[in-house]
Amino acid sequence: MRYIKFEKIAQIVESLCVSAGYELPDDVLAALKEAQRKETNPGAAKILNQLIENARIAKEDKIPLCQDTGLAVVFVEQGSVVAVKPPELDTICLMPDTRGSGDENRASRIEHRETLFDAINAGVAAGCEKGFLRKSVVADPLNKRENTGSNTPAIIHHSIVPGDKLKITIIAKGGGCENKSQFRMFKPTAEREEIIDWIVDVVRTAGADACPPFVVGVGIGGDFEISCLLSKKALCRNLAARNEDGFYAELEADLLSAINALGLGPQGLGGDTTALACLVETAPCHIASLPVAVNIECHSHRHKSAVL
Amino acid sequence: MSEIKKLTSPLTQADVRSLKAGDQVSLTGVIYTARDIAHKRLCKAIDSGCELPFELEGAIIYFCGPTPARPGRVIGAAGPTTSSRMDAFSPKLIANGLKAMLGKGYRGAEVREALKKYGAVHFSTIGGAGALLSRYITSAEVIAYEDLGAEAVRKLKVVDFPAVVAYDAQGRSVYSS
Repeated sequence: MRYIKFEKIAQIVESLCVSAGYELPDDVLAALKEAQRKETNPGAAKILNQLIENARIAKEDKIPLCQDTGLAVVFVEQGSVVAVKPPELDTICLMPDTRGSGDENRASRIEHRETLFDAINAGVAAGCEKGFLRKSVVADPLNKRENTGSNTPAIIHHSIVPGDKLKITIIAKGGGCENKSQFRMFKPTAEREEIIDWIVDVVRTAGADACPPFVVGVGIGGDFEISCLLSKKALCRNLAARNEDGFYAELEADLLSAINALGLGPQGLGGDTTALACLVETAPCHIASLPVAVNIECHSHRHKSAVL
Repeated sequence: MSEIKKLTSPLTQADVRSLKAGDQVSLTGVIYTARDIAHKRLCKAIDSGCELPFELEGAIIYFCGPTPARPGRVIGAAGPTTSSRMDAFSPKLIANGLKAMLGKGYRGAEVREALKKYGAVHFSTIGGAGALLSRYITSAEVIAYEDLGAEAVRKLKVVDFPAVVAYDAQGRSVYSS
């Protein structure tokens, strides 16, 4: 078994959160520049230039790319022979209370604050504080809606993979675009074109509200929740990388063309660039089902990874 | 590119009536930030006859929840949030003197109707460019609902803040239907 220190994991997560806030990833910046070069609508090209300029200012002046520094969505792949070395007691005391209850006794807090998830949340909270990021999480969704004050808990998707590494990918996901994401259960006999039409319609509906040009994540297959998860996981991929399956690589290309044919453009004010990329991920599914989910991501597509 | 119309807050009825959807504008003066919960509270205050934290007549509300300022800075990133989430509340504020809103994206039928009826406009500015837009803000001060953190009402002073008229007082929109 390989042990990785709790503090090391927290520290890496902290640095990923901070760099996500300030530095637009290279693949996204390259896609924006390519779109700006090809854009035939002068107003749209001007907006794309402003987005490129925004990325420069953010990095140089240490001002976040967007005031919505996002909910930390964390995909963590834990090698089967990797374990977390629990933290020292002092570290535990510094960690945020992500469970929203201040009256738990200390013993139970310690018991619950030594896991991989705790290390991730500690890193997210530290990144938020030290990086001057926005605290955008409320503890209760409907009743009190009180801010947790730490931008935690993070949304954590965990999987066990072969090997002795720990891979952590963080997407700082804004609320405005997430609000426009959709799910639909198709009939298993549905045609490819029917699915394309619906996905394009989801993008049309997102429109100016969700900060186009988008990155469109699509999950096909699995079940109700897996399709949604795949649509988010698709956003972890480098924008220049196509699906390895030729059928789905072609579907991605056709979807991107159809989405850009909408003419919605940057900020919804018209133009050739409605999406920078469309990324499809798939999974096996039930004979009766064809679940499809679309995760809308804004142009400020902040995804960062590290391998420990 | 058409000429940029310079506007100074508070806005007058004449200012608002002179604007057409698609006009590029620059805003100078005081604007107030308010998002979802702050809107709910402002409307409750109006309903119960309480005093509002700022003068609504001629005011511009910016749908924005900025990031914290680093030491020595005025503000952090400060771009717009999605305007349509404020649709349920904006008509009441417009009826009580609000002259303009600044956000991103679409507005619903009730808001568009209120813009026409009372003479007000909706501006859009660049979503996802909070670093760039922060450069047009020269001061920021929390004036109400401090408990809301990023969502508190802030009095911002802006100079030549860039925006476009998304919905005008004649019922026109910059967005194609």
